[in-house]
Amino acid sequence: MHESGDVRIPIGPQHPALKEPESFLISLRGEKITASSVRLGYNHRGIEKACEERTYTQGLYLIERICGICSHSHSTCFVQAVEEIAGIQVSPRAKYMRTLIAELERIHSHLLWLGVAGHEIGFDTLLMYTWRDREVVMDLLATLTGNRVNYGINTIGGVRRDINSKQKEEVLKAIDILEERTKYYIDLAKNETTLLKRLQGVGVLSYEDAKKLDAVGPTARASGIERDVRKDDPYAAYAELDFKVISVNSCDVYGRTLVRLGELMESYSLVRQIIRKIPDGPILIKSPRKIPAGQAVSRYEAPRGEDLHYVRANGTEKPDRVKVRAPTLANIQSVSKMLEDRYLADMPIVIAAIDPCFSCTDRLVSIRDTKSKEKNTVAWETIRLKGIAWYKDKGIDFISLNKKLTKLF
Amino acid sequence: MSRPGKIARLLIQSLFKKPATGNYPVDRSGMPEGFRGKLKFNAGMCIGCKMCMRDCPSEAIEIRKLGEKQFEAQINLAKCIYCGQCVDSCPKKVLEITAEFELARLDPAQLKVIFNDGNKDSPKG
Ligand code: SF4
Ligand code: SF4
Repeated sequence: MHESGDVRIPIGPQHPALKEPESFLISLRGEKITASSVRLGYNHRGIEKACEERTYTQGLYLIERICGICSHSHSTCFVQAVEEIAGIQVSPRAKYMRTLIAELERIHSHLLWLGVAGHEIGFDTLLMYTWRDREVVMDLLATLTGNRVNYGINTIGGVRRDINSKQKEEVLKAIDILEERTKYYIDLAKNETTLLKRLQGVGVLSYEDAKKLDAVGPTARASGIERDVRKDDPYAAYAELDFKVISVNSCDVYGRTLVRLGELMESYSLVRQIIRKIPDGPILIKSPRKIPAGQAVSRYEAPRGEDLHYVRANGTEKPDRVKVRAPTLANIQSVSKMLEDRYLADMPIVIAAIDPCFSCTDRLVSIRDTKSKEKNTVAWETIRLKGIAWYKDKGIDFISLNKKLTKLF
Repeated sequence: MSRPGKIARLLIQSLFKKPATGNYPVDRSGMPEGFRGKLKFNAGMCIGCKMCMRDCPSEAIEIRKLGEKQFEAQINLAKCIYCGQCVDSCPKKVLEITAEFELARLDPAQLKVIFNDGNKDSPKG
């Protein structure tokens, strides 16, 4: 709770420490945070609604663009739900392909996170090196799928691209390089004083709190909760693969780093198993354009935690309703707890440690009247006019500026 | 054993390595085989079923009838998201994806590419 005696600092929606627009309100007593609250809603893109206007095939590409980093996570989660409704049995080879891309995506996401975490604590050397190494897996994804991001490999009924023996060799070679690099980073994380001193005991989230606040993914696993959809509710090819769920009990940012590094090592082993075991067969089963009426929920372990998609079909070419719960929405509640009684300077790394993705999380914009506390909806045009009037009040007239600009060109 | 500056050795080693970045635009070998870039339309083969238009997620492709069994395609390079769905949807394999990726144009009109003669494209305007 924000108390009246404390200094309040709004951080965001635009702030140098934040990568995306979101807003935090921090109450401070001295340098210590006494309370914090988060406000989302600056990135709402209306993707769920837009999906209702598109066919399943078209919607898939939109769903993939919910997140630029876990794009395969969202698209797989969505196609799994659609396939369940339509009763489509995906071929084993397609399932292995999906798993392969999923693990490569996890590798790229975790390496990216390691760099961001380094950057947030002022250790930019780490950022440079991890991102350089990340290029290895990005190139691999481009070779396998044709795109560096938003791979477009999934389609309803299977995958769109197969893997050949030359590509398999390339994957194995790249994985060897990455494994060696990751071993070095693990060594670094265990021995480099900069990391240890800056991350240990920062952003503590106890086991009880993590359970109570429903944390997911590496955030939960660093608080000792062994929860992983790949193990608990296996999808794609995970039931046939051998891997460990990495969890530690340190409950802090350092623990979250170790969990991600451990998961990288598990992902390398998973990729090798997939390359070894991938069965022969078709990669795509023809699916109907019209999906029969029904509904399904699909779960997926994205690099950031559990991703959830709900799809309701009504027998047409377009879905009736699509609902997305991105992992950040589950984790964001725990940030306030992690910040409690911590120093203000810890804030960027604590927020970064849940690996947030705010535009994936934003689902609804609700506007409240601050006086009557009433919720009401405002039309786009009203907001626009209000904006123009507000600036005019401050002496900036967009309409005349616009006219001048048009004359100029 | 915890010690500061453990990464220093790597830093010094890097001084003597070649840069991690490529030498673009001199070296253009960056795109792998099968990269999804600019589309190619083999005009003579199109039957005008418009499946590509129906499945395109961003309304980037338009098939127009020129005459009896003659069709042209207009692709908006700015709208296209290079997903290759139209290539998958086409029943006659008329569309093809190429690895060409340097598609920026100074004149927006040139982003609309029309294919109507064999597989050559003629920028509009
Ligand atoms: S789907 Fe193929 S054949 Fe049909 S209109 Fe498009 S390019 Fe022509
Ligand atoms: S590549 Fe994708 S976006 Fe571009 S024209 Fe084809 S279907 Fe449309």
